[in-house]
Order: sequence, then structure tokens, then C-alpha cells
Amino acid sequence: MAQTLLDKIWDAHVVARRDDGRQLIYLDRHVLHELHAPEAFRRLESSGRSLRRPDLTFGVQDHTVSTQPGRDGTTNPDGAPYIEAMRAGTRRLGIHLFDVEDPLQGISHVVAPELGLVLPGSTYACPDSHACTVGGLGALALACGTSELEHVLATQTLAVVKPKQMRLRLSGIVGPGVSAKDVALFVLRAVGVAGARGHAIEYCGEVIDEMGVEGRLTLCNLAIEMGARTALVAPDEATISWLAGRPYAPSGPEWDLAAASWRGLRSDGGATFDREVDLDCGALEPQITWGTDPSQVVGVTEVVPDPARAAPAEAARINRSLAYMDLAPGAALKGLPIDRVFIGSCTNSRLSDLRAAARIIAGGKVAPGVIGLVVPGSTSVKRAAEDEGLDQAFLDAGFIWGESGCSMCAGGNGDVGAPGERCISTTNRNFEGRQGRSVRTHLVSPETAAACALSGVITDVRSLIGRSR
Amino acid sequence: MERFTSLSGVAAPLLEDDVNTDQITPLYRDLHPDFAALLFSRRRWREHGSVDPEFVLNRPAFRSAKILFTGANFGCGSSRESAVWGMLAFGIRCIIARSFADTYRENCLKNGLLPVTIDGSEADRLEHLVVELDGREPLTVDLNSQQIIARDAVFAFTISSSERHALLEGLDDIGLSLEHRSAIEAFEEAQGSAQPWLQRAAVQR
Repeated sequence: MAQTLLDKIWDAHVVARRDDGRQLIYLDRHVLHELHAPEAFRRLESSGRSLRRPDLTFGVQDHTVSTQPGRDGTTNPDGAPYIEAMRAGTRRLGIHLFDVEDPLQGISHVVAPELGLVLPGSTYACPDSHACTVGGLGALALACGTSELEHVLATQTLAVVKPKQMRLRLSGIVGPGVSAKDVALFVLRAVGVAGARGHAIEYCGEVIDEMGVEGRLTLCNLAIEMGARTALVAPDEATISWLAGRPYAPSGPEWDLAAASWRGLRSDGGATFDREVDLDCGALEPQITWGTDPSQVVGVTEVVPDPARAAPAEAARINRSLAYMDLAPGAALKGLPIDRVFIGSCTNSRLSDLRAAARIIAGGKVAPGVIGLVVPGSTSVKRAAEDEGLDQAFLDAGFIWGESGCSMCAGGNGDVGAPGERCISTTNRNFEGRQGRSVRTHLVSPETAAACALSGVITDVRSLIGRSR
Repeated sequence: MERFTSLSGVAAPLLEDDVNTDQITPLYRDLHPDFAALLFSRRRWREHGSVDPEFVLNRPAFRSAKILFTGANFGCGSSRESAVWGMLAFGIRCIIARSFADTYRENCLKNGLLPVTIDGSEADRLEHLVVELDGREPLTVDLNSQQIIARDAVFAFTISSSERHALLEGLDDIGLSLEHRSAIEAFEEAQGSAQPWLQRAAVQR
């Protein structure tokens, strides 16, 4: 019978079926972070159970680490208890930790792919909703809570019900200034914040074929914002080249065997999905969120909705979002003054993101009164960017160049905006208060973020592209 | 896990869709914070620390609510389980929603918090009643009979028999999986032969 990509990975990882109908899915890799792991360690140990596979389990410090130059585990005092508990717990349990000072430290969803910890066809768990990011490599990623994390630690499996499947076919060729993030926001606008609940998404189509591997990671990153259980892109030659030579990827004859197996890893021609959604991205302009959920998206030249023209239930919601965002019904976003720009997070902090933003900056300066912060997704990304002189480009423009971590995405390290600020952000959630009390977040691509930083107002990045070439 | 059989208590109406876990339990500094105080803290307290008397859980009738009645896609966003621990610490042991975000629902089941999904016109009818009762009379949620009873009205809900059983018995989820230890070992051995690179995560170069 014809199988989907998910069916193939799923079937290859079913260990057993429990009496309650749940399937035990084997997890090939497990990456933990300091915000949620210490409590799971405590529970595991107090139950008298042991960690089944310390050798397949890795830890990172990402959510609470300071981004200040010269940081250590105590630079952000609020994060210090988490960082210390992570160190102690991983030491007790024999888990390899990419600690604050480690040259390979970074955000879990950036580190796991770039080190080759996640591979096509493999399974991956992380106690974080953005685990789905790594589906961009053709891996099956499962986010989990603390109880499920404890379950993985004890069994190296998750007891799950297979999700329904949704294929999202993206056609068209996107133009200059339009990136994977814009595609992701556009998809969110079309599908909605609950539209993929209960489903695993497989992305395919022209847009995906042309998209770089790091763009696919960005696209899959935002799948959870539609409620999806996970997201996948079938591996292709681009995926295989991107992984070649990564530290934890197989090498020698094993690499050849692995790569050969990845080449057949795609949905069969006749495979069926529970839902199929086709979207044309050919006419796409840069996208931006206007509200307080990540599906409240418009093109940068569009106006925000007018509640007077919406159904009553929807109108109430639009009104609430507009009030929080301090926007008038039907207002244009373009030209709106901004206070802060953040480039970073598991969504958009890879080398390709930093390169794209730096190309837009091209010798320009951050507008007076605007604070710009660039935080690479990992210390490896930071080093690679510095080797290319990107740090200097950002610093010369007046940006702050931070040490790697989650930073302003959730503000867990104290990097937040001041009350009432309007923040242009390459992150994944524009929820009320997420980037600081009453901070107004607009989600955009790194290119758009850079353009807004230079002009001090919300800007159509395409107007800068001619200039920067 | 604590068992869930039946519960009688006041139901607090939070009539919104897409309530996210950042709202339910914001990030906290303490490793072991006061989860009850954290629950919806950004909405229970205003920017400068004053209480918002309008927020449902601040209204006297709902300060000891045991049930939350809410809209669709409840618990979306971050996978943080603290958004369930907060409910339990506050005293809420049942959430009735039009739908739940997948991970949030899973986190409820793992903590003995009953997630009841009720949709369509039944949900409209129950919403109407919850608003009308306004905390003056309790609701009873009975997992055995899968019914919500309020005044003279009865609302049926469905939950899979295995989830119901696990909640009623307070089953140890990890224990259930560890019964399959030998299957896990067999899987590892087979994968180690077929795809040795997956059974070994070490720096190759």
C-alpha cells in the first residue's frame, strides 16, 4: 500500500502497542533544555527509575542564558537556578551537556540539526513546542511536556496516537525580499491557529524544492502555531549535502548507506492524506503580523482588518488585538514607527538568516531611537558569522551583537522590551506580554526586520533591495 | 497520578478561543514557584500590581472554581506543563472546552486533570447555563457516566475508554510502557544492525 513519508518513519519506529491503543514510538535522539529538564530529572529520580539511554540524550542551555558578551552561568541571575540545576542533573545522569561556555552551545532546535544529531528518517523529542523545526530535515519530531519528557527519559519512547496527516503543497516562485518566514506567515494566515490541530503536516511543492534547507527549518518551526503535531519535508539532495560532514552525522561507509536510505524517503505517488491544502505563493509580498496571534497576518502593503466588516465573534477578537497593538481599524502598517528590532530565535537565527539581514543593512545605520539586537541561534552560527564579518556589519550599523540563546523570543533570560514598545521580531509568537509586559510584537522575516531597523518604521524590504545590490 | 472519578464545583466561564499557555502560566524565575498565584497572573493583576476585578477568576463567585469552561483550541502555544500545574494548584481539576491544543490535552491527562471536549450546539447550551448559573450553583462532572449535570440538565461527553480508565484508576503511564521493556530492547538491537548510526550518537569527526 502506498505510504506517506510520515507512515514510513512511523512504521520504522513502532516498538509495541500498549493495551490502551497507544503506540510506543522509539526516539532516536532526545535534546533537553534547562527550562523543563530539571523538573523531569527530579521526578525520574524520585520515582526510583533510571535514564534508559544517556548516550542518545543531550542537553543544552538556551532559554535562560544571558546574551551579554562575556556571560557565564550567573550573568542572568533569574536563569542561574535553571542553569545550575541543568548542570547538576545532566552530571548525575551522565548526559552530555552543551553548557553556556561550550563552543557548540545554542538553541536546541538550531543545535540539533547543525550538529547532525537529527537525521532524515530519524525520530526526535524535545520538551519544547518548536521541536517541529527539525522536521525540515525529514525527521519526525515530537514536542512533549514534562511528564512525557520523564517518559522518554525512562523508556526512550513516547506512548502516542498517530496523528492525522495533512499535505500542504506550495506552488509558485517567490520573488526577491520574500523568504521562508514570509511563506510560513502566509500559510498561517490561510490555515489559522487551530487549522492543523491533530495533524502532521508534510510540506511539498515548487516552493519547497527551491527553498534552502535552513528555510525549511524556519517553515516547519511555525507549524505548531497552526496547532500541528509536527511537520515534515522529504529529504532531497540539498538536505544530504547540508548534513554531510556535520559532527554527529555518520561518516565513511555508514554515511553512504545512510544517504542511500534517505534518497528513498518520500511519500509514495498514490499515498493519501486526511487533508490536502494547496497554496499559491507566486504573488507573495513580505508578510507581517498585525495582531496578537501568529495567524493575524497581512502583506506589508495591506491594511489591518476593520472589525466593522467582520462577523460579531471575529470583530470582538479583532478589536481586542487592535487595542493591544495600539492600531486603528483599517490602518496601514507601512510607515508605523517602531522602537525595537530583534533578529534571532529558533525561527530565524541561522547563518542564512543573518546573511540575509546583513545584505539588507549593506552599510546603513539603525535609525535613531531604535534598539536593534541580533542573537545568533548557536555559538557555532555566531563563530561562522564572525568569520564572514557579519558581526562587524551589524555592529557598524548600530546593532547589539549578542551571545547565542533564545533571548527575546520568550524573554526567559530577561531580554524583553519596555512597556508599550513596538517590537519588530523574527520570532514565532506575538502573544500579549510574550516579549515584555504590553510590548507590541510584529513577526517578520530577517530581511524585513533589518529594513525596519534602518528606517525606524515598518518598511517594505523590497524598496531596499535595489539599493543593496 | 491522582484518580479522577467525579467532581462537583463551580464552573468559571472564560469565553475565549485560543487561550495560550503564555497567558495561563507565564515563565517564572523560581524553580518551584507558587503555581496558584502564577495562574493567569498577567490577567488577574494589572501592570502596576492592582487586581483586575473583572477577570473571571478574581470574581468572588469563582475564586474557588473547580471547573473552567472555555472555547476552542485551549492551551495552544508553548508545551509547558506548568500551565496544567497552575490549574491544579488553583483548584481546577476539570476543563471543559470546545477543543484543546494537542500537547495541552496530553499534559492534562498525565496530571489527572479531566479535559472534557464538548462542541456545537451542546457547547452553546452548556455555555448558556454556565453563564446563567454565574457561580451560584455547582456543576457535577462524572467521569464514570461521562455526564455533566447542572440543575436539571444533563450533558453527555465522550472520552476514549482507555483515557477514561487511566484517569479513573490514576494509572502510572511510565509503568504501562515499561511493561514493554523487552520490545524496546529488541527494537534497539534490530536498529543497531540495520541503521547503526541511529543507535550511536558520538562525534564522528
